[in-house]
Amino acid sequence: MSDLLLPPEHRYAKMIEQRQNEDGSELSILNLGPTHPATHGIFQNILLMDGERILDGEGTVGYIHRAFEKIAENRPFYQITPLTDRMNYCSAPINNMGWWMTLEKALDIEVPKRVQYMRVIIMELARIADHIICNSVLGVDTGALTGFLYVFQYREKIYEIYEEICGARLTTNMGRIGGFERDWSPAAFRKINEFLDEFPKIWGEFESLLTRNRIFMDRTIDVGPISAEKAMSYGFTGPNLRAAGIDYDIRVMKPYSSYEDFEFDVPVGKSGDTYDRFCVRNAEVWESLKIIRQAVDKMPEGPFHANVPDYYLPPKEEVYNNMEALIYHFKIVMGEVPVPKTEVYHAVEGGNGELGFYLITDGSRTPYRLHFRRPCFIYYQAFNDMVRGQMLSDAIATLSSLNVIAGELDA
Amino acid sequence: MALKTSVIQEKLESKFGDKVTGFTQVKDIFSFEVAPEANNEVMRFLKEDPALRFNFLTDVCGVHYPDEQPERQFAVVYHMHNWFDNIRIRFKCFLNGENPEIDTVTGLFLGANWQERETYDFYGIIFKGHPQLKRILNMDEMVSFPLRKEFPMEDGGRTDKDDRFFGRVTDNATQINQE
Repeated sequence: MSDLLLPPEHRYAKMIEQRQNEDGSELSILNLGPTHPATHGIFQNILLMDGERILDGEGTVGYIHRAFEKIAENRPFYQITPLTDRMNYCSAPINNMGWWMTLEKALDIEVPKRVQYMRVIIMELARIADHIICNSVLGVDTGALTGFLYVFQYREKIYEIYEEICGARLTTNMGRIGGFERDWSPAAFRKINEFLDEFPKIWGEFESLLTRNRIFMDRTIDVGPISAEKAMSYGFTGPNLRAAGIDYDIRVMKPYSSYEDFEFDVPVGKSGDTYDRFCVRNAEVWESLKIIRQAVDKMPEGPFHANVPDYYLPPKEEVYNNMEALIYHFKIVMGEVPVPKTEVYHAVEGGNGELGFYLITDGSRTPYRLHFRRPCFIYYQAFNDMVRGQMLSDAIATLSSLNVIAGELDA
Repeated sequence: MALKTSVIQEKLESKFGDKVTGFTQVKDIFSFEVAPEANNEVMRFLKEDPALRFNFLTDVCGVHYPDEQPERQFAVVYHMHNWFDNIRIRFKCFLNGENPEIDTVTGLFLGANWQERETYDFYGIIFKGHPQLKRILNMDEMVSFPLRKEFPMEDGGRTDKDDRFFGRVTDNATQINQE
């Protein structure tokens, strides 16, 4: 016992002792994480193991907690967007757009159709990037490195599109209240079209590499399952919930940013296991491609931002050459703008599920309270329930298929 | 939208009387206040009533209102969602500033577990009956509750941001450090 460095009052210590008395077998404690390469992020799981089998687990999170909610209470709105980037950094534009939409709801701003379509394109690209990472890394964790290296080139292409649109790649800080910082260049549309032409073939190949692969199926079917009732009780949303068989998708339930204009299906799974989660994400990539294609084809003409000079930054040429524009630029960035006293909750369908922003304003330059509903944080608590009784290698596959992003988990 | 907010209000008022108050539509979400001792019953009613069917607990979080009267210094905010009629509601339970305590709702929704721990971690609100109420994102040794308004965002004792290191000498250097 003493070499386990476990306080004697810990419940595992009692369980180990009890088992030893029962049949003389030895249980062991395993620290999975916080910096284990297979956890893909910094979170620790203390597992009580019977050989290779997990009897119980206890998660510790918060290793990269950066107090975003506290910082947000001390920052004007434009300075909060970079914080949202750093939550789910695999699909940062969704977080950015969700934040702008929350503000627009609070400030009663109507955005032009063109902006809404542009947002849809960028959010769906981000979703594809998110799912590329999750699914290909699931392949890596089950022993297939090829697919990962192959599809990652296309994440790079998506990042090139981001770069063309806003200049940044990972933490995008994209957009403004009411629209985008500039209209998309022809090069951006060319890159999107190239991506739409090339990617389906690659994704098809990736799918055929794993979907009916005997080894992959053996490693993922019935691994880390969760029932629909339990998933709902645990607050699952997004692909993980849909894999359990519930077709809850905010894009359909409460369409924002003109999602009602597009035709797409909501793929659902059945058993909520790792394989179903993989398949649901695969199918969602196809749906996202469908949405982007429709949005590009139907892209309306018009302004790329709403006419809200109180909140939308003046153009850069003006700022550099014109006193009034410079003053306005400064005032907007520092939050000297009219803000009504209100409370809003806005949710978008993030890469992992319902990403909600609960904003309370009191009329001052900073939010009175800003709470992020982070899907990862809420569903990761089910992890120990899902892997109880499974093998250690299954826990790795389950963790990977849940797509827990440490940045979003810890905020 | 099949379920009308007036129906929700009527049902709650006839069942709980003056324990549910302040019904109002804030933007797109119907909101009200619930007396803290009734939070569990109200949530159970919202979840299990065949007409209301608020089957999903979207979010639990805390808010600190230090400028309010002592009985209303903290609020626990619950967002619930009815997936059948697709309607969201929000209710707040106001707690006193001295020792904020409220019953846990983990018996109704498993997902409330970590969200309540997070609220405890940042506001020091005690959730009675919670299976494992301890800090979650902050370290266990921490003694303060960082999202309370009186908690400064930066450590006032920091020396690395001292103006003297940047060639500036001010009389109220300490005051600047607080900012």
